[in-house]
Amino acid sequence: MPLLKIEKLTHRFAGLCAVSDFNLAVEPHELIGIIGPNGAGKTTVFNLITGVYRASEGGIRLDGQELVGLTPHQITTRGIARTFQNIRLFRELSVLDNVRTAHYGRINYSPVEALLHIGRFCAEERRITNQALDLLAVFKLDNLAGEKAKNLPYGLQRRLEIARALATEPKLLLLDEPAAGMNPNEIIQLMEFISWIRKTFSVTIILIEHQMRLVMGICERLVVLDFGATIATGLPAEIQNNPKVLEAYLGEEVAV
Amino acid sequence: MSQRSSTYDTIIKRWQALTDYKYFWPIFLFVGVGFCMAASAFEFLDLYLQLILIYVGINIILTVSLNLINGYMGEFSVGHAGFMAVGAYVASLLTVHVFPSGAQNMLFPLAILAGGLAAALVGFLVAIPSFKTRGDYLAIVTLAFCMIVKSVLENIDVVGGPRGLLGMEKLTTLPWVFFWTALSVWVIRNLVYSNFGRGVLSIREDEIASDLMSVNTRQVKIIAFVVSSFFAGIAGGLFAHALQFINPRMFDIIKSTDILIMVYLGGIASIAGSIVGAIIYTILLEVLRPLGVWRMVFMPLMLVLLMIYRPRGIMGLKEARMFMPLRDWVTEKLWRKKKKEAGDATP
Repeated sequence: MPLLKIEKLTHRFAGLCAVSDFNLAVEPHELIGIIGPNGAGKTTVFNLITGVYRASEGGIRLDGQELVGLTPHQITTRGIARTFQNIRLFRELSVLDNVRTAHYGRINYSPVEALLHIGRFCAEERRITNQALDLLAVFKLDNLAGEKAKNLPYGLQRRLEIARALATEPKLLLLDEPAAGMNPNEIIQLMEFISWIRKTFSVTIILIEHQMRLVMGICERLVVLDFGATIATGLPAEIQNNPKVLEAYLGEEVAV
Repeated sequence: MSQRSSTYDTIIKRWQALTDYKYFWPIFLFVGVGFCMAASAFEFLDLYLQLILIYVGINIILTVSLNLINGYMGEFSVGHAGFMAVGAYVASLLTVHVFPSGAQNMLFPLAILAGGLAAALVGFLVAIPSFKTRGDYLAIVTLAFCMIVKSVLENIDVVGGPRGLLGMEKLTTLPWVFFWTALSVWVIRNLVYSNFGRGVLSIREDEIASDLMSVNTRQVKIIAFVVSSFFAGIAGGLFAHALQFINPRMFDIIKSTDILIMVYLGGIASIAGSIVGAIIYTILLEVLRPLGVWRMVFMPLMLVLLMIYRPRGIMGLKEARMFMPLRDWVTEKLWRKKKKEAGDATP
């Protein structure tokens, strides 16, 4: 059974059809790339999956459970986490607190216990703090745990955002342009990093990307969007030679 | 200049060393309660000074609780005086009309608690429309709430209408104020350093991201509003029984503005800042009393200068270590040590 099944997903902003008839079935542990020119509707697909927008039509199922109509935090608690195209860390909070915040969906104490610091509170907080520090250690961010997130250099902020997403213990990780603003060298590192995350945390990954080098290098399957419509799906090698894709995506280069 | 900053640093260091002492809080609370009880029993502080201390305590409760919404959550609520009014009227009605006059002293904490609970209930009701709004719009919702409370109170005869309510005994004593102030500071600190508190902070930083990081923003907003208005109600009850007279005009937007000034003077998202802000503002108002009308020129002027030279307030976004839970500042200390070692290794 596929982990995530999206059927006939359509979303309209007033008259504009941002995504139309989008279908995707993601098997566990797959790594899928969504590509397409600017404004093709890639981020809208992510926003629909995570519940930021409510789909006009169609269904999204995670492990057979319908997600359309749920709020973003309910969807996150069910096992989908994401990063953002332009980094959205909690800038004034410490690195540690950024990660600890992501445990919200799984805390086991009531507000009253939190107000009085009694009952399960202390044990739970210790557990959350230790788990968060362990996760930061895996990402080599533990020596920065007390630093405010806004003081981190750009590359580390990206890394922290992924760590924060993984702290929600997702089954499915959505990465929105993880390579934005990186040079070719850093992109190679990022490719290794993403494969390593998939192995270590055994998550399924969908990523949106502009950098062809990245998607061709690591994605097992690609979906190409253009003006909200799916124009091609398949293996990277197939996509590379698909005339429709070349026209939509690399059209300008062909013309030159 | 550098010398001055080094003296300042030494003072801070000495203070931190003092507050790091294991038994600082128990001793502080014990001495505080003892001092307050002695002061009110033997009257070695004259009544005027006691009254000022009582106002300082009430203002600390108001400032710390409003800081939860305006500072930690980053919203802009101007309805705190409304919640205070609810607490003041409920508590006063209980002591004036319900409780037998013989047992007033014993039942006083119950009256205060009832005032707080009533305010918390109203806070819950206000939180619901506030889900839909943010920033300026929330300010307008809470402003409207403040006006509604005032108009309602002016039109109920049982509570005296616009003439106000009197007949309360002077039940607010220094020890009680100390107790409620310590309780409110402790509870709000606890909330801030829990995952609900981190939820509150993450809403300020980025509401969409916090929702997507599994924070139930609705639940967090309800908790913050309920806790904040609960303590505003407590402060209202104490205020009514310190002044022994209340009328609806005391709880208008001007009162809310006073609390806002204390919050922003002390600094947003800081408990230490709120306490400092409330103390400075209350005492300055008293000290400047001889200036008469000019007082109301001087204070806003001070605020303007503060906003220009220190826009985040005295302790904006910084917390004194004494209010942090042990494990939080231990983590921070470890990190500083590591950072220093790394800095030494690569000069």
